[in-house]
Amino acid sequence: MKKAILFVAFLFVGAFLLLGVADMRPFGEPQISAMDDYYLVNAQPEIAVNNVVTAVVFDYRGFDTLGEATVLFAAVVGILGLFRKRREDER
Amino acid sequence: MNNNGMSVIVRTVTRFVYALIIMFGFYVIMHGHLTPGGGFQGGAVVASAFALLLVAFGSAGLKGRINLHWLQSLEEFGALAFLALAFLGIGTAFFYNLFANSGGFLFGASVPTGSNAGVLAAGGLVPLMNWAVGLKVMTGIAAVVIIMLVGSRKEETE
Repeated sequence: MKKAILFVAFLFVGAFLLLGVADMRPFGEPQISAMDDYYLVNAQPEIAVNNVVTAVVFDYRGFDTLGEATVLFAAVVGILGLFRKRREDER
Repeated sequence: MNNNGMSVIVRTVTRFVYALIIMFGFYVIMHGHLTPGGGFQGGAVVASAFALLLVAFGSAGLKGRINLHWLQSLEEFGALAFLALAFLGIGTAFFYNLFANSGGFLFGASVPTGSNAGVLAAGGLVPLMNWAVGLKVMTGIAAVVIIMLVGSRKEETE
């Protein structure tokens, strides 16, 4: 019974995924490309950077990198707090 | 894994290789605005060299070589440097690239449009931010790896 339910759910989700694949646009032809074209055309004149990915990450979308750095900082602080050696009178 | 680390083969290979790994990580950070990679990726490469040292030599071999407090301080310095670089262009906007195309001074060179090999001293704030984030990531991940392998053990002291 459980297996039958799982199988039906599998078929259901798989059918939805296949439907989505059939509706996908061909590779390399995005529906909206104004932003991509702006980055590709203007990254070299504006920021003088050849690596457009770095131009996006560190300049156009700098806030995103700041958030990533904050996430890493929080993870490091949390792990340091979790694994730090406790003194005897603290427990 | 005991405190003595792994076999002499691994230790010998590590002695040869870890400097190369660190050098490659710094290369990835330094050329982040020209080649694939950047601060995050290069920092992770350098941190993997620290992890290799830790695995090969054990926690005893790491004692006296790497100071955990220094790693934490450097990580916070990297984060603050990143924020300070972002605040440099606050006159126009947060994260405004102040130094790009500003002339020869401090990564201010221009780059010809189209396919070219790239100019190392270009990009304005982008290479400096790469260094800040790279410093932050390498020290942060190294501190995490070290404290998870070393600091959780009770018999170790400092």
